[in-house]
Amino acid sequence: MKFFRLVWSNLLRKKVRTTLTIGSFAVALFLFGLLVTIQTAFNQGVEVAGADRLVVRNKISLIMPLPLSYEQQMLQIPGVKAVTFATWFGGYYQDPKNFFPQFAIQKETWLKMYPEFQVPKDQWSAFLADREACIVGRKTAQKYGIKAGDRIPIVASIWGGVWEFNVRGIYDGARTEDDTTQLWFRWDYLDERRQWGKGTVGWYVVRVENPDESMAVAKAIDGRFANSSWETKTDTERAFAAGFVKQMGNIKLLILVIGSVVFFTLLLVTGNTLAMSVRERTGELAVLKTLGFTDAAVLWLVLGESLLYSAQGGILGLAAVKLFTLHGDPTGGFLPLFYLPPSKMLLGLLVALATGAAAGIIPAVLAMRLKIVEALRRV
Amino acid sequence: MVRVDGKGNGEALVQVRSLDKTYQRGSQEVHVLRGLNLDVERGEFVAFMGPSGSGKTTLLNLLGGLDLPSRGSISVDGDEITHLSGPKLAAWRARHVGFVFQMYNLLPVLTAFQNVELPLLLTRLGKAERRRHVETALDLVGLSDRLDHYPRQLSGGQEQRVSIARAVVADPTFLLCDEPTGDLDRKSAGEVMALLERLSSEFGKTVLMVTHDPRAAERAGTVLHLEKGELVEGQGRN
Repeated sequence: MKFFRLVWSNLLRKKVRTTLTIGSFAVALFLFGLLVTIQTAFNQGVEVAGADRLVVRNKISLIMPLPLSYEQQMLQIPGVKAVTFATWFGGYYQDPKNFFPQFAIQKETWLKMYPEFQVPKDQWSAFLADREACIVGRKTAQKYGIKAGDRIPIVASIWGGVWEFNVRGIYDGARTEDDTTQLWFRWDYLDERRQWGKGTVGWYVVRVENPDESMAVAKAIDGRFANSSWETKTDTERAFAAGFVKQMGNIKLLILVIGSVVFFTLLLVTGNTLAMSVRERTGELAVLKTLGFTDAAVLWLVLGESLLYSAQGGILGLAAVKLFTLHGDPTGGFLPLFYLPPSKMLLGLLVALATGAAAGIIPAVLAMRLKIVEALRRV
Repeated sequence: MVRVDGKGNGEALVQVRSLDKTYQRGSQEVHVLRGLNLDVERGEFVAFMGPSGSGKTTLLNLLGGLDLPSRGSISVDGDEITHLSGPKLAAWRARHVGFVFQMYNLLPVLTAFQNVELPLLLTRLGKAERRRHVETALDLVGLSDRLDHYPRQLSGGQEQRVSIARAVVADPTFLLCDEPTGDLDRKSAGEVMALLERLSSEFGKTVLMVTHDPRAAERAGTVLHLEKGELVEGQGRN
């Protein structure tokens, strides 16, 4: 700690150069944080997927329905513990850009299937008692100023017309990463009011008794409905969510490529800055060695500078991303879980420090190997 | 007492025996020091004079453990330093040697206080103790009112006095001064020499100084001349 002032003073030697170097780190880490946030948003469904839940959809396509009668048939399959279903509504609130997911849900079984979603008991009772009721996720409620007791219109792009719902409650997620942007309303209300597709559901969600037997149960479900008019395709919830992400392209590879290019550039910029700084201070480093600083101490002093550059830039960049993500999804509903988790911030800081160390190691070794007599001769 | 004949009684603080230093310049070998002997007792103030290239700075570098001899031995206060290397030699320098350079070599990003504190960062002293030592050293050189001044805010003479404070703050066994007045005007040079003289006479510090300046050399107790890589006794105060 007593050497900190020495390292810090060297950073203040050329303020413009230091500011620019820290700035490069900050910009790079901002980009890193943003890319990680986007990846996290895409992958959130995969990460929070229940290990014991299966998603059963129409084999032809997700947009093709399944008959309501499958619920009872699936409950008879060994290994199936519970079944619920939902249908995609696909509407918008007031304006087409106000998009958030709306599901017509099986009111008796939905919350049992998703215990991570929490609704106060009285609000849920009110939801069960009102045919035109809906429950809104906390994030969406906050974004549009919706509260329990409101009557809100949703323009139905698939089913036609404007559907009005009574907001009977607000749900929260047990974890930060749970999606609280959805709106749920009763499937029986949808089925009663819609003009076509009656007696069908969008997809089923099945809870298995033993997660280790998920694949066998999935196979049994698909086998049960094989060669019927409504064949099914059953996946674990995780595989279902991952398949959804894959449709968007290889996000991970994209992030890796962009990230690598940015950090390699940063490595060159910082390495060059430090090398210049060490060259300018050859005499001073020799004086430190003369005073009794060991080669290792000099190495750490130079490396310490590099780590300080990267730590400051990293913290600045990550703080900027955090601030940016606090405003929520900038895409208007495409990335509902747009936030930077603390674990990814820590990862960003570690990446910054590793880049700082990599950039600083060559100048630090050069400083360490400096011969006192030769260096003093150059002063 | 200072001897250059290699016949000291073995009790001198600095004992140099048969010291050779050879540099390789291309295919040519340049002999800078040849079989040099030296005995310096504690508290002596010795000036080394000689023409450029005579090996004065090389000798100082060898005595300070900054360079290794081609042959021969140097022992300081009983420690044979020619066998030391790496971290041990660095630790020995920190404990035993105070360096004063011609160009002061203060770190421009540190204040006078921080520059003087540098050698103490290598000790186990706590912050408060370090402060006390630094303030005493700066008081000794008459700069207790310049603690927070950066080198650019000081005159050359003041910078050299800060450099002397840095050299003595850890109470080293001896001081090595390389042309300490070489970059100073006559008045500042006089002040710096008076200070070195006081360190020797009043505080009993052993001072070994390389200089071109006869006025500076006059202040030393003993003046030695380096000629063709060998030491010859000259006239000093004693």
